Amino acid sequence: MQTPVLVVSLLGMLLVSAAFILVIRNSSVRQDNYAGIVTRGYSVRRWWMIALCVVGVTVTITSLTPFPITANAGTPPKVIKAVGGQWYWKLDNNTAMAGEPVQFHVTSDDVNHGFAIYNPDNKIIAQTQAMPGYVNQLNVTFTEPGLHRILCLEYCGLAHHGMIADFTVTEAN
Amino acid sequence: MTTTPNSEQLHTGQHLTIVKVWLAIGLLVFALMMIAGVALRAAQGSAFLTLPPDLFYQIMTLHGAGMVGVAGLAGLAVNWYFLSHHVALSPRILLIALLLSLLAVTLIIGSILIGKFAAGWTFLYPLPAKSLGIWSTAAAATFATGLLVLGVAFLLVYLDMAIAISKQYGNLIKGLGLPMLFGRTPLDDSHPTTVVASSMVIIVNVCGIAVGAVVLVMTIANLLAPSIAPDALLMKHLIYFFGHVFINATIYSAVTAVYELLPVYTARPWKISRPFLAAWFAATFMVMAVYPHHLLMDFAIPAWVAIAGQIISYTSGIPVLVVTAFSGLMLVYRSGIRWDASSSLLVLGLFGWAAGVVPAVIDGMIKVNLVMHNTMWVPGHFHFYLLLGLLPMVLGFSTYLAANGQQGKSSRVPVYLYSIGGIALCLSFLVSGAMSVPRRFAVHESAWQWLGNVGAIAGSLVLLSTLMLALPILAKLKNASLQHSV
Repeated sequence: MQTPVLVVSLLGMLLVSAAFILVIRNSSVRQDNYAGIVTRGYSVRRWWMIALCVVGVTVTITSLTPFPITANAGTPPKVIKAVGGQWYWKLDNNTAMAGEPVQFHVTSDDVNHGFAIYNPDNKIIAQTQAMPGYVNQLNVTFTEPGLHRILCLEYCGLAHHGMIADFTVTEAN
Repeated sequence: MTTTPNSEQLHTGQHLTIVKVWLAIGLLVFALMMIAGVALRAAQGSAFLTLPPDLFYQIMTLHGAGMVGVAGLAGLAVNWYFLSHHVALSPRILLIALLLSLLAVTLIIGSILIGKFAAGWTFLYPLPAKSLGIWSTAAAATFATGLLVLGVAFLLVYLDMAIAISKQYGNLIKGLGLPMLFGRTPLDDSHPTTVVASSMVIIVNVCGIAVGAVVLVMTIANLLAPSIAPDALLMKHLIYFFGHVFINATIYSAVTAVYELLPVYTARPWKISRPFLAAWFAATFMVMAVYPHHLLMDFAIPAWVAIAGQIISYTSGIPVLVVTAFSGLMLVYRSGIRWDASSSLLVLGLFGWAAGVVPAVIDGMIKVNLVMHNTMWVPGHFHFYLLLGLLPMVLGFSTYLAANGQQGKSSRVPVYLYSIGGIALCLSFLVSGAMSVPRRFAVHESAWQWLGNVGAIAGSLVLLSTLMLALPILAKLKNASLQHSV
């Protein structure tokens, strides 16, 4: 997921850059008929607006269907309780099987923490907030066996960066 | 529509002097906070510097609070300067606000450097009260009081601006141009763009600061009496509403420099139109409604709030991309513009704002946020907005002011260096985010450190080029006597 996101973002920013470069390269010689430029510009802008709306509607529908936060919910999932505290993670089970739907019930003993699961390639595969007074349910179906890690992604004080727990995903039966 | 008085009747030497003092302090604070930022990236890279975690998080808190505060102050100074040409503003109130700001800065710096407060500038409840002995309750309360005093300073100026706009145009709704937008009155294209922008900023930021005051008072109450324990999710809503609105308002304030100066450089008018008014009207709502995109990983919020957060996050980029940036480019296209440091910085500011929309709206998608939230992607997008958007606008205005409005007198070399350094720094953040590098980590794993080193080098280039721009400005500012004509 992360690499395509980076590529799409860079392409989008390159598109914006191209528009600025085009205009700057055509800025030194003056054209006095500004009204003509405005008329042409408004025409381009109309299509630019339509394009942004089409992209927006398309991306909104496709990215929200199914609703991402509950998308991976299996029936019935394996429930694992996870509690964050300064500066530790308490999990009532730190293993799961690849392909098995897991639902983490995440909360906090003290301040806000971020419950982020890193796969063996050190990439985030899912996360939620660990909040005092609330239990967030995070649905994950692990696809890759191996040693995963849970890092805190909400700044929580002096040893925030050291708040790490191991989580093992075994091969599917 | 009330006729705008002659700007010379409104604008006195006192106005200019206080703006110059305000800008000079702002530029110095920007440079100091950049040094802090470079130190943070260098410590994450480990090649040039190491910092103990307690000091790292103190500097992180200082960098965040300092940059947000100075962005607000500098944006306000730019906005106030241009608005003072259209309505009668009080330099005395701006001076009082400056003194209050200095008091606030003293409290904030003292709480961090003496009291070791390090809960981040967002002071996310209940962390200020739960440091496990790293900082005291008094230090946390002093920090929160400092932010409160800063908020009072801003509110004083906004009140003066609101009264002045109301006296001149009837009320803020008319200042925003809504009767013209909805056809109640004919479109008067002499209605100043700055008045529209200022009206929007006043509306949203008074709401933002008021909410900030509520959450700060609740934080202080919790510090002094721990039995007063507000709901953590409610506090999060309040903090992110305040923080998001405040930092957005800084850019919407500073863009008045682009509206006022780009027409001077291009010898073309930037006039209001119905799309312009519609964009600012929409931005007024969207800046206040978009904050739930900070809460997408709080699954306790209703699904519709998260969905609205994603949708408004996308739509809030449209006025920037379709109206402000596009209109600016139309103005520059085949204009015969004279490129110097000021005009280059103003256009760079527009670019940074427009380009920064892309990573911002992508991160605002729930599906993406599941893997990008609180990674380095987040500072990547907001550094685009602030380092390549807001600050170039402020520097562009300051350069113009220091040159007494003379075009072609300032070198563009520092602007090139600034652009290269700024873009490299932002990309180092975005690539880090794509590699799942967490934000706000004092210690980085070895696989992530090279990006910290790249960031430190890029940040140093930004710092160097900022000094190359700011030092001549500071040297010339004293004698600047520009009376910008509107």
